Amino acid sequence: MAKLHTQIGNLSMKNPVMTASGTFGYGLEFEDFVPLDQIGGIIVKGTTLLPREGNDYPRMAETSQGMLNCVGLQNKGVDYFAEHIYPQIKDIDTRMIVNVSGNTPDDYAECAARINTLENIPAIELNISCPNVKQGGMAFGTTCAGAASVVRAVRKRYNKTLIVKLSPNVTSIADIARAVEDEGADSVSLINTLMGMAVDVEKRQSVLSIDTGGLSGPAIKPIALRMVWQVAKAVKIPVIGLGGICNAIDALEFLMAGATAIQIGTANFLDPAVTLRVCNGIDLWLDNHGVKDVKEIIGVI
Amino acid sequence: MKKYCLDLSVISVEQINENYVLIKLTHSLPLPPMQPGQFVEVRIEHSPSTFLRRPISINFVDFERNELWLLVATVGDGTRQMARLKSGEKLNCILPLGKAFSLPASPSERFLLVGGGVGVAPLLFLGQKIREMGAMPTFLLGARTKNALLEMEAFERIGRVWVTTEDGSAGEQGFVTQHSVLQRERFDKICTCGPKPMMMAVARYAAKEDIACEVSLENMMACGIGACLCCVEKTTDGNRCVCTEGPVFDTRQLLWT
Repeated sequence: MAKLHTQIGNLSMKNPVMTASGTFGYGLEFEDFVPLDQIGGIIVKGTTLLPREGNDYPRMAETSQGMLNCVGLQNKGVDYFAEHIYPQIKDIDTRMIVNVSGNTPDDYAECAARINTLENIPAIELNISCPNVKQGGMAFGTTCAGAASVVRAVRKRYNKTLIVKLSPNVTSIADIARAVEDEGADSVSLINTLMGMAVDVEKRQSVLSIDTGGLSGPAIKPIALRMVWQVAKAVKIPVIGLGGICNAIDALEFLMAGATAIQIGTANFLDPAVTLRVCNGIDLWLDNHGVKDVKEIIGVI
Repeated sequence: MKKYCLDLSVISVEQINENYVLIKLTHSLPLPPMQPGQFVEVRIEHSPSTFLRRPISINFVDFERNELWLLVATVGDGTRQMARLKSGEKLNCILPLGKAFSLPASPSERFLLVGGGVGVAPLLFLGQKIREMGAMPTFLLGARTKNALLEMEAFERIGRVWVTTEDGSAGEQGFVTQHSVLQRERFDKICTCGPKPMMMAVARYAAKEDIACEVSLENMMACGIGACLCCVEKTTDGNRCVCTEGPVFDTRQLLWT
């Protein structure tokens, strides 16, 4: 048993394996398949100040080794979360983290402030990288000034661990990472989905209702690895890596490229118990290679 | 209902006609409880173009023989891989998923089960369950031609069967909603599964006759367990996941009729 304990700002986790927002519901959906207390951290669905219906169907297209989605942040709003969902998840013995999105910096800040009052939510992940909403989302995450403005507004009203989820749809992700670090982010997670498109040739139209969507899955892993490696070299705060991780070897690649923790997203749809397999697989690999502590392999490249 | 992710063993793969196979599966342990209208999410290995699991409705469960049947239309590479499975091979399935059809409140309730194409699949299990409850189900099954009618002997063993074909090669010529049984008899409840235009026509008939009607939707989905929010249908209550709040919906909940 190697040491798997992982630290992100003030957030202490039993291992570096987390779930990516929007792919693991509120955790409860996966209870029949995975003992949730074995996971390092669970990042729940994107939550906004007010309820959102999301985009019209079709919201999903299967692609080679991946999928596109344009769900568009469907959720019942932060007050519903606090009143109805939080009581069901607050005692799960893992780190429950809320992914927060909004239309304006004030939206983000107000939503974050409400979550700040929930005792058993030790961190939030700011989503400044959703490609599927007209306002907010990726609009903030693609410029240093936009990203900084959201983090600045939230930092004033949120005093726990603040993770910022970055968009890969930019020229220099390292510049954006430095901008949010300067505003007091405790960590960055990357990458969110890559903007893509699918066409139905028989119908001569886009598959997705809003034409474009975010690409996830193994197809994006090499890009995600490259960006994690670049950002880990550019900032001092811990980096959380995600993008196409399906097994322990994928996870180890991200750790070696500089990620302190990793998130599993789309692979949860293929194997609902994948998080547990990745935890166990990392542990086994470390043991087999005589590594006593997972920290020894982080950022070795 | 508790959900399971199981490696089921293939008992047999029977080619029903050029487009359909019937796959019978079993497990070393007793299969979990399953209800008519529910579905399974099948993992397909070794198919480069099949990334996600495939939702397949439960055709029949023989709890005595510990068998789960899947009726599969071979429409793409993933389903063709399923058709090539050999006896003894494993098929990983998440089950049971989704909400089931309602069952009769009393044996005197007259259920009409309307199916088209591969949409007949869940109706066999539903008909059997209705029969076990002491009621006699009526099936109204539609297809393009006689050859495309599926599992007819099994349906005939369970209930009364009426047929329409578009070319008139079996039963009455036309669509299910044109069948004369709808003029002659009165039903208390209609359950339907098949192509969307057919289900919409059935739902319109049910609404006109003031008969309760349930439909089984097959929106494209990824996770099957209510996490990804991809398979939503617009309902009177907003966007709802077909995988967890369906696939069976009362048509009064839907906005498409």
